[in-house]
Amino acid sequence: MQYQSQAVAKPYFIAAIGLFVGQILFGLIMGYQYVVGDFLFPEIPFNVARMVHTNLLIVWLLFGFMGATHYLIPEEAETELFSPKLGLITFWVFLVAGALTIVGYLMVPYATLAAMTGNDLLPTMGREFLEQPLITKVGIVIVVLTFLFNISMTVLKGRKTSISLVLLVGLWGLAIFFLFSFYNPSNLVLDKYFWWWTVHLWVEGVWELILGAMLAFVLIKVTGVDREVIEKWLYVIIAMTLITGIIGTGHHYFWIGTPEYWQWFGSVFSALEPIPFFMMTVFAFNMVNRRRREHPNKAATLWALGTGVMAFLGAGVWGFLHTLAPVNFFTHGTQITAAHGHMAFYGAYVMVNLAMISYAMPMMRGRTANSAAAQTMEMWSFWLMTVSIVFITLFLTAAGILQVWLQRMGTTPMSFMAAQDQIMVFYWLREITGFVFLLGLVLYIWSFFCKKGEAQTAA
Amino acid sequence: MSETFTKAMARNIFYGGAVFFFLLFLGLTFDTMQQLPSRDHRENITDSVVRGKHIWETRNCIGCHTLMGEGAYFAPELGNVYVRRGGPFIKAWIQSQPTGVPGRRQMPNFNLNEQELDDMVAFLKWTSEVNTNKWPPNIEG
Repeated sequence: MQYQSQAVAKPYFIAAIGLFVGQILFGLIMGYQYVVGDFLFPEIPFNVARMVHTNLLIVWLLFGFMGATHYLIPEEAETELFSPKLGLITFWVFLVAGALTIVGYLMVPYATLAAMTGNDLLPTMGREFLEQPLITKVGIVIVVLTFLFNISMTVLKGRKTSISLVLLVGLWGLAIFFLFSFYNPSNLVLDKYFWWWTVHLWVEGVWELILGAMLAFVLIKVTGVDREVIEKWLYVIIAMTLITGIIGTGHHYFWIGTPEYWQWFGSVFSALEPIPFFMMTVFAFNMVNRRRREHPNKAATLWALGTGVMAFLGAGVWGFLHTLAPVNFFTHGTQITAAHGHMAFYGAYVMVNLAMISYAMPMMRGRTANSAAAQTMEMWSFWLMTVSIVFITLFLTAAGILQVWLQRMGTTPMSFMAAQDQIMVFYWLREITGFVFLLGLVLYIWSFFCKKGEAQTAA
Repeated sequence: MSETFTKAMARNIFYGGAVFFFLLFLGLTFDTMQQLPSRDHRENITDSVVRGKHIWETRNCIGCHTLMGEGAYFAPELGNVYVRRGGPFIKAWIQSQPTGVPGRRQMPNFNLNEQELDDMVAFLKWTSEVNTNKWPPNIEG
């Protein structure tokens, strides 16, 4: 670790991993509710479990992004953080606000929570992924702006690299597009139209800039390839991301009341969205093959390579699978969407965070890389989690194809629940695979405490 | 990548491409906003529909159901439920929850009063009348 203030990243990473565990536990609860419908009812109804599952995901990814930013910006800017104290304050505020929100979801009926937290003043709740109470949303804005102030000031006083600029553009975009979560008109079509400005322009827009910057940083560190080369790749990748992804928003505008022409714009542009992800894979492998040093942290390199491959498969291939309007007409809102969502989020955002944590955590613990034994354990966790998510995705895809066939095609379509009963076996398989994923996650955490072997300290 | 293609060129493609396509997106959004009134029939959004949407949101219905295909995939699509089941059935169904059948998926009882049930139906009726380019493929949603 070159700068003392980089250590601010540590609590962010620890919290991220902790919340990740919570996300997976609630995922397992939901997966079980898919097969045994009344499990934990009425204590934790499915909608509550799902809200906790998805919100924990979003929050822990944000913790990961913020941790990564606090770690890489001082090194890129070649200066200490503008204010390490502010970095720690935003951490605690965000953690407490996040925890209170989750407790609120679990302890209080949602309608009561809404009434308690001022939702009648400005109704923003009850929309997918944006379920947070108004005060939490305001809190998120304050936390993110404080964080951005701290980071922007750091970059301003130091060296301005392309990686920090791209990261900053991504983070500012994240803050700006979140503001659409406060716009909730009573016209559902308008509501949905601008809801995507937060949701799509985050995950298929500005978040990819953050992802790209983090991946580029890790690759520079582990491969020693010339910065000029890596940053050129970064710009090309994120250029393709926004060129395809902005109009690609149109693939959400097929069936929500918006004009027909979106079927053309959405299909064509989102069909091109796999390109930047494919480039990311080529980029990662290319840089590792052209490496100019043998970095002892093999685990971090594995996560970085995995990010490219799995993001391409999950976001690229599984996205393309159902993005063309004539296909989406049948698959929209089925388990196909769930299949894509799981592999895309894991492949792109979970893995890039774990790559960053894998690289930075040993540094913050005073070593270049963990012991060989700890790395072996971490790489086992990589394979367990990654193979599990591939199978979860395959099972959900099978479930989705059958669902479409039974419920939406043919002359005597089944009702939703009748079709669900027919595909139960795939939900069982998905749930069992979920436990393998959990095993991988436990092993991942265990690897941090592995005492065997000697850590590498030589720079 | 070749040496003649420099980082500065890549950066310019990024900024230029992002700005160009965002402006195009804004243009398309502007055009969509012009067309929406004739597709969403906003003249039919009564106070009851507005209250119904509020109930929909504050009970987190989207946490299990899809609406126009968006939401969770645990329970049936409700964008066309008004056409599929009709108002009286919807009200009776909401009131009779949870079914309590062992092992079956359960929906909470939200203790809605008559007025709230009517508002819910009004919202679902208005939603079912939005022009969704003939989605869903059939009545089952």
